[in-house]
Amino acid sequence: MSETTTKLLPKDEAAEKGLVNVQIDGNWIQVPKGTRMIEACKIAEKEVPHYCYHPKLTSPGNCRMCLVQMGMPPRPAPGAEPVYSDDGYQEIGWMPRPVIACANTVGENMGIRTTGDLVEKTREGVMEFLLINHPLDCPICDQAGECSLQEFSVEHGRGHSRFVEDKVKKPKNVDIGPRINLDDERCIMCSRCIRFMDEVADDAVLGFSERGTHTTVTCHPDRRLDSNYGMNTIDLCPVGALTSKDFRFQMRVWFLKETNSIDVNCGTGCNTTIWTRGSQVYRVTPRRNNDVNSDWMPDSHRLAFHETQGDDRLTDPMIKVDGKHEVTDWNSALTSSAEALKEFQPSEIAIIASARQTNEELFLTQGLADTLGSSNIATVERTGEADGKLISADRNPNTNGAKLILGDTAGNLSNIKDGLNNGSIKALIVLSEDLFEAAEFSRDDLANAELIISSHIIANKTAQASDIILPSASFAEKRGSMINVTGRLQRLNQALQPSGNAREDWEIIRDLILAINGEANDIYMIEDVLKIIAANIPEFNGVTFSKIGNLGVPILETGVEIPLLTKERERAAAGIIVG
Amino acid sequence: MSDIKYLPGKEPHPREHRLIFKNIDREDWNPSIDCYMADGGYDQLKKAITMEPNSITNEVKTSGLRGRGGAGFPTGVKWGFIPPGNTKPVYLICNCDESEPGTFKDRYIVHQDPHQLIEGMVISAFAVGAHTAFIYMREEFPEAAIIMEKAIEEAREKGFVGKNILGTGFDLEIWVHRGAAAYICGEETGLIESLEGKRPYPRIKPPYFPAALGLYMAPTIVNNVESLCHVKHIIEMGGEEYSKLGVDRNTGTRILCVSGDVKNPGYFEIEVGKMTMRELLYDVCGGPKDGKEFKAVIPGGSSSKILRCDESFKIGRGEDATDLSFWDIQLDFDTLAACGSMAGSGGVIVLDDSRKMSWVLNNINHFYAHESCGQCTPCREGSTWMKKISDRIVEGKASPEDITTLEEVAYQIDGKTVCAFGEASSWPVEAIISKFRDELTADTSDTNIRLSKEQLQREKFLGKA
Repeated sequence: MSETTTKLLPKDEAAEKGLVNVQIDGNWIQVPKGTRMIEACKIAEKEVPHYCYHPKLTSPGNCRMCLVQMGMPPRPAPGAEPVYSDDGYQEIGWMPRPVIACANTVGENMGIRTTGDLVEKTREGVMEFLLINHPLDCPICDQAGECSLQEFSVEHGRGHSRFVEDKVKKPKNVDIGPRINLDDERCIMCSRCIRFMDEVADDAVLGFSERGTHTTVTCHPDRRLDSNYGMNTIDLCPVGALTSKDFRFQMRVWFLKETNSIDVNCGTGCNTTIWTRGSQVYRVTPRRNNDVNSDWMPDSHRLAFHETQGDDRLTDPMIKVDGKHEVTDWNSALTSSAEALKEFQPSEIAIIASARQTNEELFLTQGLADTLGSSNIATVERTGEADGKLISADRNPNTNGAKLILGDTAGNLSNIKDGLNNGSIKALIVLSEDLFEAAEFSRDDLANAELIISSHIIANKTAQASDIILPSASFAEKRGSMINVTGRLQRLNQALQPSGNAREDWEIIRDLILAINGEANDIYMIEDVLKIIAANIPEFNGVTFSKIGNLGVPILETGVEIPLLTKERERAAAGIIVG
Repeated sequence: MSDIKYLPGKEPHPREHRLIFKNIDREDWNPSIDCYMADGGYDQLKKAITMEPNSITNEVKTSGLRGRGGAGFPTGVKWGFIPPGNTKPVYLICNCDESEPGTFKDRYIVHQDPHQLIEGMVISAFAVGAHTAFIYMREEFPEAAIIMEKAIEEAREKGFVGKNILGTGFDLEIWVHRGAAAYICGEETGLIESLEGKRPYPRIKPPYFPAALGLYMAPTIVNNVESLCHVKHIIEMGGEEYSKLGVDRNTGTRILCVSGDVKNPGYFEIEVGKMTMRELLYDVCGGPKDGKEFKAVIPGGSSSKILRCDESFKIGRGEDATDLSFWDIQLDFDTLAACGSMAGSGGVIVLDDSRKMSWVLNNINHFYAHESCGQCTPCREGSTWMKKISDRIVEGKASPEDITTLEEVAYQIDGKTVCAFGEASSWPVEAIISKFRDELTADTSDTNIRLSKEQLQREKFLGKA
């Protein structure tokens, strides 16, 4: 007895840290009080199969796949003291019925079994129920290969069917929205899509109709699943019920290569996975980053990759000869550019850079300006309406990077425009910007320029007006770093080789500098550029690509919040979701 | 009470003890408030409203009243689950979704004696501190909804409902809410969801215990019509006195609704546990129809497990265990539970030897397949699967293996669902198969083994065939 008074019991040790002791499959671990059982199992590296549970959504507990066995110490008889065994824990009384791991929270001295006869039989039963009315059309299903029904069927199913009745017929190939198709027979009624549209997209257009085995996911009468966040339901759908019209029947997913990257369509920089095969992007999906985009991304940004895969893609350097663009090689294009630029006074040359460029490209752009001796450097503001969720009003992905590296360039753009019109500026270098678009240049403005050198991904009016065109890489074809609206440094990774003879932008600018000054600069890899940035700009101090990692690092305090995250954090704090 | 006259042919059986059904089928009785008050109506409210709310709850606890809706949970204990220090509004809901097959007691109360319910509700609301109460009326009671609405208005005129009830400063609004004909709305959390205007998907417990997180996430007490009416009588008699009715831990009276193959089916209010199955079926209900014999009884609504009339049960554990024959079962909560079934909602369904069990099973399966809300997997898929198998048994197209499958499917549902109604679909199947396996198997044939070409191939591949 004296020993128990001097030595702290595990429960007291844990309580001091706000933790509780949980025994998972025989091993004791400590987890924070209030942790969901399924999350505690994850910490213990025990997978609990589930369909309806998602940490970012409420837990209805309807799929019953996460049923586990739970036990608690028996309540001591009135007046009796709890009994602790030698290791300091109470004996666990196991419950005869399984409980859902997704919505129940752990308690002190709780036991969880994710294996054993009860749990395995239960899972086998739920799997069987999910499959009896499922069409089993995996060979023609887009979800095949990334389908939880397939995965858990392999791990927990019975392997053969006892179901000899007729299956329930439901609507198939339902045109539920402009970007999404629904197959109700494949649906397992997990309600993730319904909850997402209600809780995250704030557009509760989905719901169930009918009841019992005839239950059908359906869209509200006179409505369509047309929210700009609708395609997240496709990612959420654990089966092939909701499929993307864009990706439908395009490629078996197991042939696709996954590359972690970021979205470049606005200042938020949603974390993404780029799915490629050969020289083509097949789809882009959001990747979880709880400091940027949670698990979601807007449809408009997800589908934007198509813009760089059209017939208008620039694949070779071109020089205008007698008013007509002719294909050339890089050496000629760069040498011609350098020679043409030498014809002008430094003050006659202006560079229109872009906050769509990576930090590395921007840094080299500044180097180009220094080489040319020009101080006429501008970026193009690009704004739209913020959607109160993930889309930022700033439609440039790297405004913060441009500010850090190029400094304040406000007003420079209109100065350059004025300079073109009054003849003080005669040569233009345009990088990653179509001046007719956000910069609002007119044909007359450009007509005054004697030399235009520009780099673009796809053909546009600025390219048309250029004397030398340098084809560059799309977001999926290059590496680099960007700083999002919240001040987080994130990295783009290369999923594909640049199309045709196009090159990564940082190489183009490096080679242009080299062609102008002819001096070796020791920049062989993009890492070399970031190394120089890190050494020269204090905010980047100590940064490397590997340190940026898949989730990025905060390097600036901007005070900007991403509205969707704010809302989600509130819901997590209230215990509505795990977060 | 002896001076009460009932309509000819509707007189209570001498073995009955009428509290709740005192005014049902009464001569010169009508559902108006004048009629009710001339009989001493609302006197208990006048008494209760001068009491401390807590002491009303304590009286109900002392009375030992157990919920009459099906689960038999002690009503006073349920009221006590409202979190102490609660600052949210408290709601009282009267569950009048009487939808368990075989149960037809609440309908008489709401049709013939609405003020008894209102009086019970106002007392209960006062006890739990609710200022808003709902009567969730099943769709199939359109007349009752009108009667209740009218009764509430009458009670309001007399100052029993509304603002400042009987000048005490206590306010209570009672709303009648009509359902849309779904069995699941009788499940308390499903009912709450329905009341909130959503699909009646039952909530998971934990965390959504209605007494803490009920309607609009506020503490909510959901009680059956009959339970709420009992509250009035508990106030009248005192909890102590009330608890002397019935037997230990199974107090008061309850209404049994006997239907099926008996000479005199009907509703009978008896003291809980003071009557055996034999007395009910032979003495009260007049025995089997001529030329027939009793075969089985479903004692507490369709989801309770069937009992064979030739069964006997082991009651108690170890050496103290005693044998109890079916006929000697006392009709109370604990005895029926000890026999592996439940007193449920009091719907006693009697089957005689003219009934084929496969047909009974299929009938029940049809009900649950039709009424499954579809929220959780086991009930949604399992109930219809069971129906499809029993369809084939009835049609003579099943193989003996199908009986095994059917039984296994039932156990795959049992204990795995969100709500008790889901697993209720499995209980009748489990019981009927375990007790009538031979009869069911006799309806099957080996020649009916049904395998698709693909299955045959698969079986061969897996080395099963």
